[in-house]
Amino acid sequence: VTNLSVQVGGLSLSNPVMPASGTFAEGLHKAIDFDRLGAFVTKTITRELRAGNPLPRVVESAGGLINSIGIPSKGVAHFLENTLANFAQFAPPLVVSISAPTAEEFAKLAADVTQPGVAAIEANISCPNIEEDGKAFAMRAESTAAVVRHLRAATSLPLWVKLTPNTGDMPEVGRAAEEAGADALVVANTILAMAIDLQTFKPCLGNVMGGLSGPAIKPIVLRQVYQCSRAVKIPVIGCGGISNTEDAVEYMLAGASAVQVGTATFVQPAAMISIIDGLNEFCRRREIANVSDLTGAVINEESDDPDLAWVAPPQ
Amino acid sequence: MEWSPTVVAELAPIIANSAIGEEYRHLVVGCGGTALKARPGQFFQLLCPSSGGEQPFLRRPMSVYAADPIQGSLEFFYKVSGRGTRGLASLKVGDVLDVMGPLGAGFTLPATLRHIVVVGRGAGLATLAPLAKEASAQAISVTAILSARRPDHLFSARLFQSHGAEIIALTDQESTSGPANVERILRRLILEGRCDALYTCGSSRLLRVQQRLAREFDIPGQVAMEQQMACGLGLCFCCVKEFNVGGKIVHRRVCWEGPVFDMKEALP
Repeated sequence: VTNLSVQVGGLSLSNPVMPASGTFAEGLHKAIDFDRLGAFVTKTITRELRAGNPLPRVVESAGGLINSIGIPSKGVAHFLENTLANFAQFAPPLVVSISAPTAEEFAKLAADVTQPGVAAIEANISCPNIEEDGKAFAMRAESTAAVVRHLRAATSLPLWVKLTPNTGDMPEVGRAAEEAGADALVVANTILAMAIDLQTFKPCLGNVMGGLSGPAIKPIVLRQVYQCSRAVKIPVIGCGGISNTEDAVEYMLAGASAVQVGTATFVQPAAMISIIDGLNEFCRRREIANVSDLTGAVINEESDDPDLAWVAPPQ
Repeated sequence: MEWSPTVVAELAPIIANSAIGEEYRHLVVGCGGTALKARPGQFFQLLCPSSGGEQPFLRRPMSVYAADPIQGSLEFFYKVSGRGTRGLASLKVGDVLDVMGPLGAGFTLPATLRHIVVVGRGAGLATLAPLAKEASAQAISVTAILSARRPDHLFSARLFQSHGAEIIALTDQESTSGPANVERILRRLILEGRCDALYTCGSSRLLRVQQRLAREFDIPGQVAMEQQMACGLGLCFCCVKEFNVGGKIVHRRVCWEGPVFDMKEALP
C-alpha cells in the first residue's frame, strides 16, 4: 500500500490532492466524497461584500478557459458564521483563501480568519495592490515581502502564499515570500489573457481581460514550479492545468509537494478523486513507497547547482 | 453515514438522435439510476464531442426532456445552434456521450394545486415537457400554451396531449403568438379559475406578461432560466443573474439556486 500522506507548509495531509481556490464549494459534495480530499481550499474571501465582475465571466479557449469572475464575496462575517460551520463535519483540513487591497488590510483579514476550524491561510497575493497602481503584490519581490511580513505577524496559522505566473521574477518573488515567513508557496494563479469576439469585435469577457487556466497553461506553470522549488526550501504546491494523474505526477517530479486541481473539476467533477486513486496506482506500479518520494525527483543532471537551475536557458 | 453521489458523470450510450424538423433534434441516451432521478426542470451538463473542429472545452447545459427509470433512458431536445450542439448532432446510435447530472433546482408542484398553466416558447417547450407527466401523476390539470415560429416547431404538443393537457398552440406564422394575445388567453384562464400557478420557459416577453398577471392576481409562478455555464455545480459563479428580492437586487447562480426561479423575482 502506498503512503499517500504528505507534509505541506505546517499541515499533514492524508494525500497531496486538493481543490484550487475558486473552483470549490459545497455543491461539489453532490459529486464527490469530501472526506477523500487532502484538504479543502475555499473561494477567496474578502472583508467587504463584492458583487463580482460584469458578464460574460468565462470564455472557452483552446485547452482551457479564460475567467474574470471578480471574486464575488459575501464577506468575512458570512464566512465565519456559515462556511466554517459547514466544513466542520468533514475530516480534511480547511485552508482559507483571503485577499485584500493593501498589506494592512491583508493582515487584518488574516487575523480575523485565524479561528478554530481553520487549518491554514492561503494568501491570494495575485490580486491588485491599490498602493501600487493595481499591480498585483506577487509581481515584485519587494511588495511580496511587505505583504507576507504583515501576514506573518498577524496569524499563527500556517501561511501559504499564492503567486502569480504573470511575473518574470517568480523564483525571486518566491524567495521573498519565504524570507518573510511563508510556510508554503502555491504556484500559481491564472495567466493574464484575453479573447475577442469576431462577430461583435468586442472582448469576450465583460471585464476585457481575465485569467487563463486549464491544460493550456500546464507546461508553463510546471516550469515555474520547477524553478520555484529549487529557489526555496519551503514546500511548493503545484497548481496549473492539472487534469489527470499524469499531470499530478509530473508536477510532483518537478518539485511540488502537493497539487491543486481547479478547472478540471468543471469538466469532470470527480477529477480530484480520480487523481488520488491514480497516484496510488502509479506508485504501486512503480514500487514507490511514499507519494512524497516523487517530490523533486526529476532527474536533471545539468542542474545540480541550484543557482543555475532558475536562470534563463542558454540562447 | 455512508456518502453516495447524487450527481454522476457517466458515459451514456446513444439510443436515438433524430432530426425533428429542420432545426431541432431529439436525443435519447441510456443512463444509470442516479441520472434517472432527474426532476422536471433539472438539467445535465453534456460533454459534447467535436464537430470536425476543435473540441468544446466546457460541458453544455441541457434541460431534461424526459427521464424514464423503467426504460433506463434520458431524453433531450435541442436546437442545433453552436459548436456544442453541432457536435451533439453528429452522435450516432452506439456512440457514447459523457452526461453529468441531474443538476440544479427544478420545478415544484405543490399538492394543493388543481389547475396549472404552462407557457413555453421555442426550445423552452422542452424544459417544460416533464411537467406534463408530473402534473398528470398528481392529478393536476394542465393548460399548455405552446408558442413557436411555425406549427411544426411545437414539438412537445403531443407529449402534453398524451398526458391529458389542453393545448393552446400559438405561432408567429399564424400571428397568434404575440404577448397581447397570450395575455388575453391567460386572463380568460385566470377568470375561469383554471390558473393556480404559472410555469414558463423560453421567452422574456411572455415572462413579463405573466409577471404582471401573477402580481395582479397574486398567482405563484416559476420560470426556468438559461445562462452560459462552466461547472454546473455552483462552484465558479460565472452563470449569475440578477433577481429582485423584495426591492433588493441580488445575484444568484442559475446552475445552483436555479435554473428554476420564483417568477416574480426574475428580471427578464
